Amino acid sequence: MKKNIILACIVALFSLSAAAQVGSPYIHDPATVTECDGKYYTFGTGAGGLISADGWVWESGAVRPGGGAAPDCIKIGDRYLVGYSSTGGGLGGGHAGRILTMWNKTLDPNSPDFEYSEPIEVAHSEMDEDCDAIDIGFLMDDNGRLFCTFGTYFGNIRMVELDPATGGRKEGAQDYDVAIDCEASSMMYRDGWYYLLGTHGTCCDGANSTYNIIVGRSRNPFGPFIDNVGRDMLQGGGKMVVAAEERRFGAGHFGRIKVEPGVEKMSFHWEADLDLSGRSTLAIRPILWKDGWPEAGEILADGNYKILSRRRGYALELTVDFVRAQGGMRGFFGRGQEQPVVVVEGQKLEEVIGGWPEGIIPARCNDYMARPHQKWTIEAVPDAGGYLGGPWYKIVIEGTNRALAAAEGAEVVTVPEFTGADEQLWAIEQLTDGTWRIKPKTVPGCCCTDLCLYSVADSTPTLAKFDFNNDNAKWDIKMR
Amino acid sequence: MKTTIKTLFVAIGLMLLVPAFSARAQVYADRSIQLDKYMVPATTPTATPDAQGFLGRWLLLEPISKPNRSNTVFTDSYIREVFGQEYFKGQLGDVLPKDGSKIKITVEYQPPVSLQGGRPMGFGMEAPKYEQKKVTLKWHAMDSKLPNVKLFRFATNLTEDRYGIICWAVTVVNCEEDIPNVRLAVGSNSASMWWVNGEEAVILSGDRRRVMDDCASPRLTLKKGRNVIWGAVINGPGMSDFCCRFIDEAGNPVKNITLTTK
Repeated sequence: MKKNIILACIVALFSLSAAAQVGSPYIHDPATVTECDGKYYTFGTGAGGLISADGWVWESGAVRPGGGAAPDCIKIGDRYLVGYSSTGGGLGGGHAGRILTMWNKTLDPNSPDFEYSEPIEVAHSEMDEDCDAIDIGFLMDDNGRLFCTFGTYFGNIRMVELDPATGGRKEGAQDYDVAIDCEASSMMYRDGWYYLLGTHGTCCDGANSTYNIIVGRSRNPFGPFIDNVGRDMLQGGGKMVVAAEERRFGAGHFGRIKVEPGVEKMSFHWEADLDLSGRSTLAIRPILWKDGWPEAGEILADGNYKILSRRRGYALELTVDFVRAQGGMRGFFGRGQEQPVVVVEGQKLEEVIGGWPEGIIPARCNDYMARPHQKWTIEAVPDAGGYLGGPWYKIVIEGTNRALAAAEGAEVVTVPEFTGADEQLWAIEQLTDGTWRIKPKTVPGCCCTDLCLYSVADSTPTLAKFDFNNDNAKWDIKMR
Repeated sequence: MKTTIKTLFVAIGLMLLVPAFSARAQVYADRSIQLDKYMVPATTPTATPDAQGFLGRWLLLEPISKPNRSNTVFTDSYIREVFGQEYFKGQLGDVLPKDGSKIKITVEYQPPVSLQGGRPMGFGMEAPKYEQKKVTLKWHAMDSKLPNVKLFRFATNLTEDRYGIICWAVTVVNCEEDIPNVRLAVGSNSASMWWVNGEEAVILSGDRRRVMDDCASPRLTLKKGRNVIWGAVINGPGMSDFCCRFIDEAGNPVKNITLTTK
C-alpha cells in the first residue's frame, strides 16, 4: 500500500513537472528571456541571472553588473541593451529611483566580446513624486522606435522614448503617465496597437501573492491605454493576461518573446511554485491572441488526448483495421421500445490490439470514433530537456508503449516501443490562435529542424515545413 | 462657401466632442506633489460629479494611524471588525461633522522601522507591539481635482501619517427625485467599506489597487433629497485613494445629482 502511495506521488510529480521550467529556474523579476548565439538568458533583481541551452533547463550564470531591481533586455541590431534600476526600495521605502541602460555585444559571459558599457540614466524619480523609477520594460515597435516604461505601485507607470542608437533618452523626449497602481510594466506592439502590460496584486508574499498581469492598449505609444471594457489604465483598468495556476502563484514581470509568425511566448515569474519549495521561479507560457487581446496559453499537461487535424478535423490514428464496436445497430424502426436503458461499453484496447501488426505501423487520420488506435497518451519525458518554454514529449497509444515517431523521408509512423530516441521526442507548442504545432526533435536522414506534423491530405499526415497561415500545419489536442 | 461652412460645422462638432474624451488624453508626467494638484478646499455651496460621474466633494478626516505592515491581512472579517469600531461620535450618521471640526482619539502607532529592501525587517514575521498615542484629527471639506480622491497626498500634505492608516470620508448626494436601480461603484487602494444612508452598500476586501468600478453595491435607490454616503479606507504600505460613482443599470454614470458636505 505504502509503495503504491509513493508510486502515485511520483507519477503525480511527473505529471505536474511539465508546467514548470526545470533545472534551477529560481529568479525574481526576470528580464524578458533573450536569445544570444543559441542560448537563452534572463536577469533578475539583484545580481546575475539564468542561462539555458534549450529554453527549458535553466541554471544560474548570467552576468549583469549594477545590482538594483527588475532588469529588462532587448536585442537591437547586433547588440543587447540591458536596463535596470536603482532605488530606495518599494512601498514603505524611498522612491528616488534611477533607470539605467547599458550595452553589451553578447550575453555570453564566456565570450571575449562580453563587456558592458558604462550605464547611463534614462529616467529618474525624485523622493516623493508620484513615481518610483524602477522596473524597466523595453519595446521596439515595428517602425524602429524604442520606448521604455517604468514605475511601481508608488504612483504612476511612466514611459519615455529612447534613442535606439544610444540607448539613452531620445532628444527632447518627455515622460508620460500611462497607468496607475501597477508594477513591472512592459509593452508590446502588434497590428498597429501598442499594448501596455502591468502587474497588479500582492508581490513578494509566496503562495499568498496575488500578483497578476493585466493589459490595456492604445493606437498611440504614449496612451491612453484602454482595457477591454473601456477603462483607462490610469483609472486602474486592465484585462487579465495571466494569473495563478493550481500550484503556482503570483504571475509578474511580463516579457514578450516573438519566436516566429504564429509562435509567441511570454516570460514572467511565479512568486511561488509549490512544486519547487514555494520559491520564485521563471515561467514561460505561450501567448494567445483572441480578438486582439493577449492571454496566456498552456504548456500541455500530461494526459490522454485525441489529436485532431485543423485541416479536416480528422483524428490521428494507427493504420490498422477498423474493428466494429457493439451498440445501436437496429435500424430506424423500433426506437423507443428499448427498456431498460443500459450503458454500452466502448471498445477496449485488449479487444483489438491482438490484430495490430507488431512492427512499425504508419500513422494516418480518420473520423474520430473513440477507438483504441485513436487514443493517445502524451507525457513530458523527464530529463530529456526541451525547447523554449516546453519539455520534449512522448506520444504513445494509450495503454501501450507504441510511440509516434518521425521516419526517413519525412514521414510519420509509430514504433512498437518508446526508446527515448530523438525522432520519438516531440515539441508540442500552443500557437497564437490556440491551436498546436507538433514538431519532432529530429527527422532521420534529414538535417531539417523545422518540420512539423502536417496534413498533406485529409487522411494523410506527413512532416513538412510549418506555416502558421496554413491549417495543414496545425492540430487541436483535446483531453479525453 | 458652402464647403467652408460645412468645414466650420465639422470643426465645431469636433471641438464639442473633445471634452467628452478629455479624460482619455495622453498625460504628461508631473513631478509636483502639492495638495492642490490633487484636491482643493471646497469653497462653493455644491459640487457636481465629474464627466465620468465620479464624486469629488468629500469631507475627509485626517488619517487615523492603524499600523499594518502588509495589506494581505485585510480579510472581510478584519475590515468589518476594524470599521465596526467607533472612532468618533456620529460615525455613519445622518448629520455630518462640520468642516474644520476636530476629534480626539487614541491610536496605535508604529515608531519608524528599519527597512530592508524597502520592507520592514522581519516582513511576514509576527507583528511588532505598537505604541499608543493621543491625537487630534481635523475634518476637511475638499474637492478632488481627479477622479480618484488621493488620500495619500491629503495625508502627506496635512499630517504625519501616510502608511498604516484608516481614512474616513463622507459626502451628501442630493437628488431632485428618487433615482432607483443605481449602484455605488467603488475602487480603492487598499481595502474599504461604504454605506449609503446608514446601510452597508459595498465592501472591498483584500490588497486592493484603485480600479475604477472595481466593486459595486446591490441595486439601491437614491431618494429625493439628501443621501449620506460614508466610506472608510484602510491601507498598510500603499498610496491610499478611492474613486466612487453611482452607475445605472447600463453602467452609465449618474450625473443628475449634486454634492454637499452639510
